[in-house]
Amino acid sequence: MGDVFVLIEHRQGTLRDVSLEMLTKASEVAGQLGGETVAVLIGSGVDSFAEKVAGYSDKVLYVDDPLFADYNSEKYQKVLVELIKQYNPGLVMIGHTTQGVDLAPALAVEMNLPFVTDVIDLEFVDGKPQPVRQYYQGKVNANFAFKGEPPYLITFREATLEAGEPSKQGKVEKVESPLKEDIGYRRFIEYVEAEVGDVDITQSEILIAVGRGIREDKNMAMIEDLAKTIKADICGSRAATDAGWIPHDRQVGTSGKTVKPKLYIAIGISGAFQHLAGMKGAKTIVAINKDPDAPIFTVADFAIIDDLFKVVPKLTEKLKELRG
Amino acid sequence: MKTFVCIKRVPDTSEAEVKVDATGKDVDNSRFSFDINDADNYAVEEAVLIKEAKGGTVQVVCLGPQDADVMIRMALAKGGDSAIRIDDPRINVLDPLKVAKVLAAVVKGQEFDLVLTGCMANDDGNMAVGVAMAEELGVPHAAMVKKLEVEDGKVKAHRELEGGISEVVEIDLPAVITIQTGINEPRYAPIRGIRQAQKKELKVLKLEDLGLAESDVNADSSLVELQKLYIPEVVSHAEIIEGEPEEKAEIMATKLVKGGLL
Repeated sequence: MGDVFVLIEHRQGTLRDVSLEMLTKASEVAGQLGGETVAVLIGSGVDSFAEKVAGYSDKVLYVDDPLFADYNSEKYQKVLVELIKQYNPGLVMIGHTTQGVDLAPALAVEMNLPFVTDVIDLEFVDGKPQPVRQYYQGKVNANFAFKGEPPYLITFREATLEAGEPSKQGKVEKVESPLKEDIGYRRFIEYVEAEVGDVDITQSEILIAVGRGIREDKNMAMIEDLAKTIKADICGSRAATDAGWIPHDRQVGTSGKTVKPKLYIAIGISGAFQHLAGMKGAKTIVAINKDPDAPIFTVADFAIIDDLFKVVPKLTEKLKELRG
Repeated sequence: MKTFVCIKRVPDTSEAEVKVDATGKDVDNSRFSFDINDADNYAVEEAVLIKEAKGGTVQVVCLGPQDADVMIRMALAKGGDSAIRIDDPRINVLDPLKVAKVLAAVVKGQEFDLVLTGCMANDDGNMAVGVAMAEELGVPHAAMVKKLEVEDGKVKAHRELEGGISEVVEIDLPAVITIQTGINEPRYAPIRGIRQAQKKELKVLKLEDLGLAESDVNADSSLVELQKLYIPEVVSHAEIIEGEPEEKAEIMATKLVKGGLL
């Protein structure tokens, strides 16, 4: 079928983890697809990344041009269209990330590619690849088949697997930029760093995390009482941030902070993968949620499947008692 | 400013059990409650805020069944001027690229400055429709926008990246912007608005009204095909705390204290 192209993702001088994760997956499946793993690196003066990804690839296509000093999906699209036409890979993998979702759907439309998003695995049925994705926030899995001719395009979910060790020595091939001048209609202005709050939750030893299940602002008093009792800091999911129950700098997940506390008590959080990616490194995880199918329980050490409004006040009461 | 805002009716499955139906290719949605998709709700608010600040119109677009009229009327009550619903079972709604083709066909040929839509649908999580629409329309886009500044002939879009960092990009209009939740505080529809919304125009269109043929957007025309849906095996190593709520609380408290977890 052909090679597996992996679009290398990097930002502000850092190689994003999803790049090596995708290369690891690509190396796993490239053989079955009858091709090699090809890292596609677009940037300006990012030689060290070329070297790094070569350890995970059979070949690196490196477009090194000042035009790509900052990420711009519309410029990336123009380069990828030309590279895909020229090299005709079997499968193209792009991260299901803020960069990838800004790019891949437009690329799929422009080139009329068979396209599946947010893929968590590739299974093979009769020798043909079937991307696996999820619906209803992880409650249902779906297998898709590609119709028509390769190249096929997928966006691949980050943090679904651990990147392996470098075991290859791909040749780095410099490719002249197919894009000769800047595009005018979309201009990069700047990066704005995350706001800094009063508590740095990445340093917290004990965290209580709240989610949609809290329902109303007034229910936060109950959480604050528990937090005070066990000297915990409060954080939460995107839903809790959007609702204004907790400040933005206390959001845990891919678009917020990654935390690794000693103890993480998730209350009323269903556990979207974006949230899990930010907290699964916690040493001990307690989850309280009335939905037994909530994905949060897949990472929990202790599961309390019940109404949080009945459990939490009693938990606080008992903790006060035990701790005197 | 002439703004289109695309919304989707989605089931609330956050606390519901999801079951695959007998076909193995759909879920049993008879017991779900439905609402406007989260991120689309923020997109509606953003469109109305822009209209209030700059003048202009807001047109609501929705691909969905008649039951979606409730969500459409709510968007009209908040400040939308008119609405178009595309209701046609021939469209392969599982394929975000087909959905984008249909929605783009609504906007195509009309004058517009902005198309807003949520960056993600709660049910399918594709995060693809808005950006694909931009390509169909041949206009620039920015995805996952958490702050939008409308200027003369352009917008400054603050895209929310991983780790809470924002990327600010400037984009010429017309453009498609996909809206991230938390960009604003969606209002409740005022009673007066709800009454007025009943009188606002809501057109229901079929493929032919959009100049599309069945073979442009049906399942056969899709380049991917759903094979099966299934409930993933939940691999959990969690110790499940049993008992009445009070007992559970007591057991857990004891474990936390005696187990040296605090």
